[in-house]
Amino acid sequence: MVRSHVLVCGGTGCHSNNSAAIKREFETLIKERGLENDVSVVGTGCFGLCAVGPIVIVYPEGAFYSGMKVEDVAEIVDEHLVKGRLVQRLLYKEKSDEHVVKALSETNFYKKQTRVALRNCGVINPEEIDEYIAEDGYQALIKCLTELKPQEVIDIIKASGLRGRGGGGFPTGLKWQFAANSPGPVKYVCCNADEGDPGAFMDRSILEGDPHAVLEAMAIAGYAIGAHQGYIYVRAEYPIAVQRLRIALDQAKEYGLLGKNILDTGFDFDLEIRLGAGAFVCGEETALMTSIEGNRGEPRPRPPFPAVKGLFGKPTILNNVETYANVCQIILKGADWFASMGTEKSKGTKVFALGGKITNTGLVEIPMGTTLREVIEDIGGGIPNGKHFKAAQTGGPSGGCIPAEHFDIPIDYDNLISIGSMMGSGGMIVMDEDNCMVDIAKFFLEFTVDESCGKCTPCRIGNRRLLEYLDKITSGQATLQDLDDMEQLCYYIKANSLCGLGQTAPNPVLSTLRYFRDEYVAHVVEKRCPCHVCKGLARYTITDDCKGCSACARKCPVGAISGEIKSKFVIDPSKCIKCGVCMETCRFGAIVKE
Amino acid sequence: MKSIADIKAIRDKMKGQINLRDNKDAEQEIRIVVGMATCGISAGARPVFNAFVDDVASRQLRNVKVTRTGCMGMCALEPIVEVHIPGEDPVTYVHVDPDKVRKIVANHIVNGNVCTEYLIGEERK
Repeated sequence: MVRSHVLVCGGTGCHSNNSAAIKREFETLIKERGLENDVSVVGTGCFGLCAVGPIVIVYPEGAFYSGMKVEDVAEIVDEHLVKGRLVQRLLYKEKSDEHVVKALSETNFYKKQTRVALRNCGVINPEEIDEYIAEDGYQALIKCLTELKPQEVIDIIKASGLRGRGGGGFPTGLKWQFAANSPGPVKYVCCNADEGDPGAFMDRSILEGDPHAVLEAMAIAGYAIGAHQGYIYVRAEYPIAVQRLRIALDQAKEYGLLGKNILDTGFDFDLEIRLGAGAFVCGEETALMTSIEGNRGEPRPRPPFPAVKGLFGKPTILNNVETYANVCQIILKGADWFASMGTEKSKGTKVFALGGKITNTGLVEIPMGTTLREVIEDIGGGIPNGKHFKAAQTGGPSGGCIPAEHFDIPIDYDNLISIGSMMGSGGMIVMDEDNCMVDIAKFFLEFTVDESCGKCTPCRIGNRRLLEYLDKITSGQATLQDLDDMEQLCYYIKANSLCGLGQTAPNPVLSTLRYFRDEYVAHVVEKRCPCHVCKGLARYTITDDCKGCSACARKCPVGAISGEIKSKFVIDPSKCIKCGVCMETCRFGAIVKE
Repeated sequence: MKSIADIKAIRDKMKGQINLRDNKDAEQEIRIVVGMATCGISAGARPVFNAFVDDVASRQLRNVKVTRTGCMGMCALEPIVEVHIPGEDPVTYVHVDPDKVRKIVANHIVNGNVCTEYLIGEERK
């Protein structure tokens, strides 16, 4: 009789920190101790607290072990599993000073979260359909097929107020309605799992932790709009997600939950996986569908919208992974339950991938309307090393930054747009006082320039020119006129680009210009980077502490340092390439960077 | 291929197993704690523990958790079992064996009547 479950996180973060070996070690040692009938070892999806991974949770105690190593496994098996004593030294440190182990849901990290899309991540084994069924899996599909008419399903989704979680925030129910209204016997349901924003890993974690939730929701969508075929477009760079999706698909087909005549109700719906080759533009809906068709992933003008003429020219709905992950819960618990969470125009919860200068790097799901302060200070554990919050970037390369003055803003679609950022798919990169905002804008723009598909001129050439302006600024060659011209160019690109990629690419520049213009001006006028990040503007000088040992001059790769032994040396700024070797070499701390 | 009834049957069967991982309502649940240090194990705590797990599962008591703890310090009285019911004082049973387990579950956990004959302090009478 199984009396204890050992849950080992198999999300991407923990997996790359060797959690698979930890799981194997548990299995081996448990067998050696003869406990294999008492204790079951379960690989799960992401628990969310990636910063302290690899994570192991032992139930029924709910002991949360963090930062696990393979060598630690023996101690947990011998102490905890055999003798029932918690291994205090390995317990998650937020509560290691306490004697009693609190429920996970009481830790600061989980207390303010509401897990809807992530409800099964870190709870069930994603490779085991029976565990998903135990958590009411496929009950929503059964309910739709046996109790609800297609239009009733759409009405529930509409009433819930669910909006697309991929970035645009278009009402999901309305999208389904358009596709249902489009005439024709052949329609398609697509899932956008081509999550490309730097720093975003929500969809990845859902696919890795709860793939059946997406399959079930797609079948429901197919029933609602009258489609019998669906495609999941997932990036090939997500090997674990792809593998678990494949396992889930096979299991669902074996159980007759996908395929012909589902559960003997007469409804047919089949799903296929399509792998994306890692082009950012393929996250754009028209480019994604072009790619599924087997063509080069390039966008096309809208209208016609996909709901009218989409994949293979047929009416199509395309939703993102996280959107689908909410659908089954809405069907089971009702539209009112979902609409009771969140703000007036943004209902439900949103998953954010916290990254950057934050203590608890990881995955959090919060009700809409939670303030940025709660996310960063309470859930995220604040900024490490006693630094101060400067800004948070949401929406990745399409979004903008939220500066400290808006720290108390409730997070929802409309609030973020009103301050010049956007929800995006949910990456949230936190920056502290050491981050140069010009450099951040440049980072995102470099990304979009690389990823522009080149079909339309404003995006292909405009963004390249924009990047050149930023290069000028960060190397100290720009004028104030350039700042104004750059802003003009931003608006031009936004107005004239073909697809969402180009239309949003200048956003990081515009939003940093709006909130941190003084930093741009410091780069341009004073030729200095206030945060000492931009290499082109750094200046190395030798102070009076110089003993004249000549060590730096001998190390300098370009011969920019000269002087006489036993007297102060000098750096020639016109030759210096700012490599920093001299500063590392000096034993007297006589070289400073400004 | 499964039928709708099959899916519901799988759900009911698996729910009992997954239930172990649910400590959302930790304050509301009844905890049965078995001393499982060396002293407890050698006095027969393992069959006691398994008896509790079996009994709780077969009665489908969803709000009851069976857990282990280390040595409680009174090794002579092992196997020791503590029953924590929210809002009530913890109750300590000593010299427990699988037969006593069934009585404890039936009388105490299900019906709320403490099995006074197995309590600590009673063993010397």
